[in-house]
Amino acid sequence: MYGSEDPLLSVNRREDWQILGAEPFVSIKNISKSFNGVPLIRDVSISVFKNELFSLLGCSGCGKTTLLRILAGFDKPSSGKIIIDGIDVTDVPVFKRPVNMMFQSYALFPHLTVYDNIAFGLKQDKLSKTSIADKIGEIIKLTNLTGLEKRMPDQLSGGQKQRVALARSLVKRPKLLLLDEPMAALDKSLREQTQFELVNIQERIGITFILVTHDQEEAMTMSSRMAIMEEGKIKQIGAPHDVYEFPNSKFVAEFVGRVNFFDGIVLEHQLDQILIESNEIGCFCNATHAGAVPVGTRVTCAVRPEKIMISTLRPAYPRNWVKGVIKEIAYLGHISTYHVLLNSGKVVVVTLPNLLRLDDRNFQWEDEVYLFWRSENSMVLTV
Amino acid sequence: MNAKQISYGILLIWKAVKRTSLFKSLKDPQFFFGLLPLLWLIVFFLAPILVIIVISFASTSFSIPPFSEVFKWSIDNILEITLNTQNYISVVKDSYYIHAFFNSIVLSIITTAVCSVLGFAMAYGIFCARKERRANLLVLVTLSFWTSFLIRVYAWINMLSAHGMINRFLMKIGLTSEPIQFTGNYYAVCLGLIFCYLPFMILPIYAVLEKIDRSCVESSWDLGCKVTRTFWRLTVPLSKDGLKNGCILVSTASLAEFVVPELVGGASTITFGRVLWTEFFNNLDWPMTCAISIVMMSMVMFPSFLFGMIRKRI
Repeated sequence: MYGSEDPLLSVNRREDWQILGAEPFVSIKNISKSFNGVPLIRDVSISVFKNELFSLLGCSGCGKTTLLRILAGFDKPSSGKIIIDGIDVTDVPVFKRPVNMMFQSYALFPHLTVYDNIAFGLKQDKLSKTSIADKIGEIIKLTNLTGLEKRMPDQLSGGQKQRVALARSLVKRPKLLLLDEPMAALDKSLREQTQFELVNIQERIGITFILVTHDQEEAMTMSSRMAIMEEGKIKQIGAPHDVYEFPNSKFVAEFVGRVNFFDGIVLEHQLDQILIESNEIGCFCNATHAGAVPVGTRVTCAVRPEKIMISTLRPAYPRNWVKGVIKEIAYLGHISTYHVLLNSGKVVVVTLPNLLRLDDRNFQWEDEVYLFWRSENSMVLTV
Repeated sequence: MNAKQISYGILLIWKAVKRTSLFKSLKDPQFFFGLLPLLWLIVFFLAPILVIIVISFASTSFSIPPFSEVFKWSIDNILEITLNTQNYISVVKDSYYIHAFFNSIVLSIITTAVCSVLGFAMAYGIFCARKERRANLLVLVTLSFWTSFLIRVYAWINMLSAHGMINRFLMKIGLTSEPIQFTGNYYAVCLGLIFCYLPFMILPIYAVLEKIDRSCVESSWDLGCKVTRTFWRLTVPLSKDGLKNGCILVSTASLAEFVVPELVGGASTITFGRVLWTEFFNNLDWPMTCAISIVMMSMVMFPSFLFGMIRKRI
């Protein structure tokens, strides 16, 4: 139903995961897994909704691939339940689950042609030859593999292999598709294009995707929501912009992008904002969206580098600014990164778009500058 | 012709040689070193075979060496070539030889078939074992190579003989009152061949199995193939190359085998290798021996060609 709709029309519609109390399509309930006494996953619960592209984001060894393998049925959880579309599949063996997986290595069968690779799963279901051919024709068109049917896997490029792997895992129309680092083997320029293609295919086919990645940009580009994992635990779940703008911990704030941390103490708590005194940077700063932090609490104020502005003039208001000297400038083409040394000895990272050519820009090395930011851009973190 | 003309002629020939592509590519080190194995084959394989072919067309005589000359220069500079085709005609016509050929081929086919099933099972068993155990299991497979081939065969004789371990065991538990004759027949030869050549099947199959991507197998399960179907649809086709190589090794080796039929088979089992031995050492019929070897070699090469053709087809 979702797939047949024009994606442009559905932009403003509220999706399932934005509605409070909606019925989840995939429920991961209190899953724990340990191997030889070492806990890999600790009490993880996630709800994934229909038609969602959900990402599990984390560095290597955080348990995200283990969780994916538990979902696919390769590994059994030590405790907990997995419910897909209302059916408890925790004890359903891998070959009977309505779940397919796309492997990081693609795992194409080297002795079969592209066509036979895609047909492999369908031949299992005792379908007639014509209906198999129909299904394959459809998926080959969708994944843009026309003309490659008779090739062997070793005659394909990396991007083509990836699409064959995708076609093979989609052709059985699983209720849930798992993707293990789908872009890891592609080079950077191809990756970006493929990310959009994958999202496109997902929207058209209307299958719920769960994707594992260590690349935060990839997760943010593609997913409707994402879960950040660390040491087998979920740190935060939310839409990419929510996680980026409102991280709940220093770990998440740092994991999804660059950030400056200032330690401080809460001085005042007003209705809509709090006042923090930070000796680390030597200024008072206001922050909105603080939540419940009583006066006197030690907190960390986090500000993203692109949200800090630079000026040679002293800002007119008394708070949310500091003075420093530019020590380093890294020119990245589209943006430049400035390392500003404050009087307190702290180095603050600021990024600015390169609106002007290199020679024309306003700030150079050893310039004395003022850094300032809006109070709604200071994120207050307690952990 | 004077000396000047001769030297001019040599110069012309040298220039012509220099212009040939073979000479030019000799300067390429890759080509040059590629030539070395070819040279090896020519000296140690092709030349002896040519000698054997020549001798196979001679006839026996009481001389040293014990065969007549095939190429002979007569006094008036005439090259006489005497080809004696009787050897080949005997090989093809004499039922004794045909019997020997047939036996060897059947033995070889049975050995290869049993070895491929057993070998695959054992290779797969090793492959399924835990990683740290695999190396030990492979050592166990190759362990038999550490003893002499002859001793291994003698061990079987000891096992199978009238007062051997098996007979004694059978008599002790009362299954038989008199020793059963195990040796001296084709079953014993077959058993010996299978035992001796099984490692040659296990090792190539294991080498291929080990290279199979684990995620391919998991992917097959994921696509709905149960374990046994995955085995037949994925593992077996992917280990086809190892199976083929193992079959070539076992079939060619067992076809030409002499020691096992001689020691285990007794007087009644006639095979290629034994016929060859008799002709050469007992009858001193070198030309006949050579003719048999040539026929045998063509037949040994036949399965390799057959497998080569199948491989091209697939």
